[in-house]
This record gives sequence, structure tokens and C-alpha cells, in this order.
Amino acid sequence: MTSYEAMYQTEPFLLNAGPHHPSTHGVFRMRLTLDGEVIQDVEPIFGYLHRGVEKLAETLNYTQAIVLTDRMDYLASMSNNQAYVLSVEKLAGIKVPERAEYIRVIMAELMRIASHLMAVGFLLNDMGAFMTPVLYMFREREKIVDLFEMVCGQRLTYNYMRIGGLSHDLPEEFIPALQKLVDTMPRIIDEYDELLAENEILLARARNVGILTRESAINNSVAGPVLRGSGVKWDIRKADPYSVYDRFTFDVPIGSVGDVYDRYRVRIQEMRESTGIIQQAIKALPAQGEIQAAVSKNLRPPVGEVYGHVEGPKGELGFYLVSDNSLHPYRLHVRAPSFINLGALRELLIGVKIADASVIFGSIDICMGEVDR
Amino acid sequence: MPRMTNPAPTQEIADRLEREIPGSVAERTDQHIAVKPEALLAVASVLKNTPELDFDYLNWATAVDYSSHFMIVYNVVSLKNNLSLILKARCDNRQDPVVPSLTGLWKGANLQEREIFDLMGIRFENHPNMKRVFLWDGFTGHPLRKDFALK
Amino acid sequence: MGIEGIQKIGPITVSDPDKAEGAEIELMRRTCTEPISDPDRWTEEDLRRNLLVTSLDTVINWSRRASIFPLNFGLACCAFEMIATAASRFDISRFGMEIFRPSPRQADLMIVSGTLTWKMAPALRRIYQQMAEPKWVIAMGSCAISGGLFHNSYSVVPGVNLIVPVDVYVPGCPPRPESLLSGVQALYQKIKRQSIAKNDKPGPDTRDS
Repeated sequence: MTSYEAMYQTEPFLLNAGPHHPSTHGVFRMRLTLDGEVIQDVEPIFGYLHRGVEKLAETLNYTQAIVLTDRMDYLASMSNNQAYVLSVEKLAGIKVPERAEYIRVIMAELMRIASHLMAVGFLLNDMGAFMTPVLYMFREREKIVDLFEMVCGQRLTYNYMRIGGLSHDLPEEFIPALQKLVDTMPRIIDEYDELLAENEILLARARNVGILTRESAINNSVAGPVLRGSGVKWDIRKADPYSVYDRFTFDVPIGSVGDVYDRYRVRIQEMRESTGIIQQAIKALPAQGEIQAAVSKNLRPPVGEVYGHVEGPKGELGFYLVSDNSLHPYRLHVRAPSFINLGALRELLIGVKIADASVIFGSIDICMGEVDR
Repeated sequence: MPRMTNPAPTQEIADRLEREIPGSVAERTDQHIAVKPEALLAVASVLKNTPELDFDYLNWATAVDYSSHFMIVYNVVSLKNNLSLILKARCDNRQDPVVPSLTGLWKGANLQEREIFDLMGIRFENHPNMKRVFLWDGFTGHPLRKDFALK
Repeated sequence: MGIEGIQKIGPITVSDPDKAEGAEIELMRRTCTEPISDPDRWTEEDLRRNLLVTSLDTVINWSRRASIFPLNFGLACCAFEMIATAASRFDISRFGMEIFRPSPRQADLMIVSGTLTWKMAPALRRIYQQMAEPKWVIAMGSCAISGGLFHNSYSVVPGVNLIVPVDVYVPGCPPRPESLLSGVQALYQKIKRQSIAKNDKPGPDTRDS
């Protein structure tokens, strides 16, 4: 020890961040061990929103469990619904009508755009651009949420998809309003991109921050934009196409370095691709058709198990369902992308300065309802 | 290269596992391979490290309580070959279930095994941080077990 | 602690912070079984008040209600409807409430939005106690009112009013931003009826510990 170090003897400092804190990502707690400003160790603590969804699902019947799935990743309820009903349909061998499939794709992609808008807005909030990007993103989100309200009456937790189809058909004014929105959407995304992509502060705070290497990303089982930002081209819509995704042409953007900036660019690009998919879906949507297959009210799927998954905005969202031919699921397990992505948090945060911690955390884009279930 | 995530050819893989680790495979169907819990770590090692199989991505891990026994279910995926395999291990001990942990092979198993411990009560040997993740210290019982009744 | 009939489990002297947290949560689970009721003294009209206090009351009540600083206490899905209320379309700023304070020391109103779990309950109570008088609580959403969809779960508090006294209940799952604004208007009606003469607190704060 030099004389300087002997004079200033320091020891690590334990800081508790959360569960109630100004970041809007929810009730998440981190116990940080700091050496000055550098994080030596982090212990993430979950469970402040653990509501027992998996246990409650065993007491409800298959249709009632759809409302539970809405409230898990509450920023992407349509995707949650789709993943769940897809699993039940796979288990029970139910075929969904064409028109319902196309409408589901439209809803899922609109939901992806809304969720990524939130992700980018709150990431910039974490970086210090307090509330301005959030308010701009909310402006677009309100337009999308208006469309959802037109269809099913709800703004946040839609409960729109049913086993075998949908609950309501599209009203007449939906498609013209949707067409108007997706015609203007590319210009709006370009507007945000221009404002932000070459912004000095964003580049300084996001480039080479929170680098997750390709091997590390695969080993930590991360999924979604975090995995794609690290250079792995893995998207369930291409790897295991579900619904009618094999009929659309779209690209899967990937990053190269795996830093916060790459994940941000992947999300922006995914919004553009989603707009393209919606345009194609509007053209291909059958004008008439059933929206609900004939499914018994008291659905009893055959004995067995199934794993059904979709590419949600935050990653691969899957449901592992075990059925014993009764009205209630025997076991419902949710593969929650936010929870599994948080497994990489400790690795990402060790050795970085505390100011970067919230930026890295924001770039993983989690939703506590899904982490804790 | 196939576009669909094919379910992995379970019969061939089970044959290969029997060749390399005799006595490990307990059951095989078209959907899954069930192995004995003692052989779980060796089997997982073979699945991950064999170049032709290359199951480098642990998708999810969970456990199911079939009242007489527990079944631990893993889904491993090979990103390169686009194959998905469901691996199961049956644990008959209900008083103190213990199974080897796979965190040494796939770090993604860390949090998920903690969740299984918290909600089902199955302990994982050699896990770096075996404690509850969602419920608080002092909560009695493991909620997802079938004998835990909601009020 | 000063509350009869509550069993203390003994001094908590464990050094492990997890054990301490767990012990506190178990204690709350055992003791918080009755909702804290809202005393309705403020609705009594037949109290004699002198003229000076009445005009002072009007001014003070106006200043209190016209510039409430809410606390950023979003727990789950309802938080996003609260943020939407604060965003430009529904604009809670029209009511003087656009500054959502992150710190309870600077806030008057706690909008509990979302499901409260037993693990989060000690934090909620601690934050409520850190707020300075006068303070109000709005329970937003059915999970905060009564546990909602999750009321029979093993880890959910069946209603925030077991932990803190609640002034206004806003139903919905999640409530629309207009409902939340209507809840804020109801709170204004309540604040208008308060008086400094009676030293009227919005609810008994008997659960101090």
C-alpha cells in the first residue's frame, strides 16, 4: 500500500436501490456493493410483485386464465394473450380461422410497436432526458391504444384473444384508422431516429456501455432484442413460425457489439419492420370470415403437455401447459423473457460506474409483472 | 437448414446418450427424453459439448408436481441446428428432493433453479446462490406444490 | 409500540438483512388484518365554527388542494394509466399535479396503483410514514382496493387499506385516466370540508411502529 492509500483507507459501501425508486421500471430492488463509483457486486432482489399467477391459473378454467396472462407483461398484453391461446390451441388441436389469424398478427405487431416505443422512451428517461421522449412516445402510443379501444374497449389489459379466435370482430372504422396510422408511422419513427441516433449525449452514454458478448448472451439464455443486439439472429417468428407469420416478408435486425446502443437500434428497426408487416397484413386480410372456431364452453383438452411460444416484444414468451383432461390447467409455467434476461444483469453491471447501471438496466427493457409473475 | 424449430430427433439422441452414459435414459418418447437425476449433469454435458448436437441455449427450466413425484423439465435448444429438446428428470423423494444444478453449463439456469426451489422446494446441488427468489425469508411452505392450498 | 393486543415476536437482532426483512413481513402479515377506517368527522355539518376560522379554512383548503404533489408510487399495470394521466393527452397538470415527486418527503398524495404484495407492504408503510402532514392516499385500481383479481393469492395484500388509511378509492382494472381524474376531484371535495379548527387528519394513523 502506498502512503496515499494508507492515508485514505476505504471499504466497500453497501447501497440499496429500490424497491421504490424514481425509475419507472417497477418494484425492483438491487443491493449494490460499491467501491467509490464502481460497482463491485450487485444482488438483484425480486418478488415485490409476485402475485402467484401460476398457482392461481390452476384454480381457473382455460378461458378465465386469459385475464391472468394480460397482467403479466402489461405493456404487451396482446402478445401474452396470443402466446397463451396458441399453447392451448396446440394442446387441444383447435384450428383458428384465417381472418382471426391475420387480425392477431396485426394486433401483435401494433403491440410490438407500442411496447418498443415505451422501451425507448424510458431508456432515454433513464439517461437523463427527463420525460420529453416519454411524452412524445406516449403521443404515438395513445394513437395505438385508441385503435385497441375501438376493438375491445380496453386501454391496457385487453383480454381480446380467445381460445380458437377472438372475442370481437373489427368494427368498420378500424381498418381506415389503422391504415392512416401505419402510413404515418415510418415518418414518425424517422423523426425520432433523426433526433436521437446521432445525439452526442446518447452516443456517449450508450456506445460501448453494457456490452454483452455473443457467447455470454447465449449462455445466459437471454432472448429478444437483447440477444439480437449481441449479434445472434434468433427470432421465433422465423425460427418456428406460428400463426401466419410465414406468409410475410420481414427482416430480423441484429446488432454487432452488444452494447446499449445496439439494443436501441434493434428496437427502432424492429418498429419499422412491424409497420411493414402490418401493411402486408392489411392487404392480405380476408374481408369476410369467422373470427372464432367452434370451441366448447367447458374446454377439456386431452391429457398431455405442450410448449407454445411467440416472439413478444421483450423476448421469447412461452407457456408450458400440462393438462389432465379437467377444466383447469394442471400446471401452467410461463417462460418470462424479462425474468430470464435479468439473469445477465449481474454480469453486465460488475465493474461499471453506478451512473451506467440504470442505463444498462433500462436497455434490457423489463416489465416487473412478468419478472415476478 | 430447416426453417422450423424441429423437435430434436429424440430416438437418435437417446441412443447416443445410452452409448456414452449407459443407464442414464429412463424413458423416451417422440416429445421428450427422461433421464435419471444422478446422470443429469453428465447427460447435459454431452448435449452441450458434443459438436454435432451443440445444445448451447437453455430455453427454460421448470418443475411439475405429480402428487407421487416431482418432474423437473428443461428445454434446451440448439441455435445453429434449430432443434429443440425437452429433457426431464424425475425426483421421487418428496421429503427432501435434491437434483444436480446445471448452472455450471448454462448460466441461464441460475435464476430459474432458484424459482423452482422457491415455489416447489426442490434443492439444486452446487448452485451458487440457493435461496428464495420471489417469496420472503420466513415464508413457510412451497406454494406450487399440490398440497399447498390457497385460502 | 403502543398498540394493545399485538404480539411482538421479540427483538429482531439477526444481522442478515434478508432474515430481518422476512421477520418484518411476517409480523405485518399477522397484525394487519383489519382495514383502517376513514373517520367521517369531516362530514359533520353542525359544528360551530367562528367566522375567522371559516375564511382561513377556505384559503388554506384551496391552497392545499390546488397544488397537490403526488408521489410516484406505481406498482403494476395501473402505474401506466397513472403515467398516461400525467402525459399530454389527459394532462393532470391542469389540476396542478404534474410534478410527480420521487421522494415522499416532498409529496402530499400517494396514489397506490397496482397490486400490493406482502413483501412490498413494509416499504409502503415506511413511505407513508415519511410523508409530512397533511397527506392523502388514493387507492387506484381493484388490486389496491381489495386485492382484485389476485385477492385469494398467497402473497397479495387484500386491499391497501390494511396498511395505510385510504381516502379515495378509484375502481377499475385499470381505471381509465378520466376515472383517476374523477377520483382526484372527489379528493378535492374532501379537502374542501377539512378544517384547521378540529385538527382534522384524514384518517387515524394508529399503525405507527
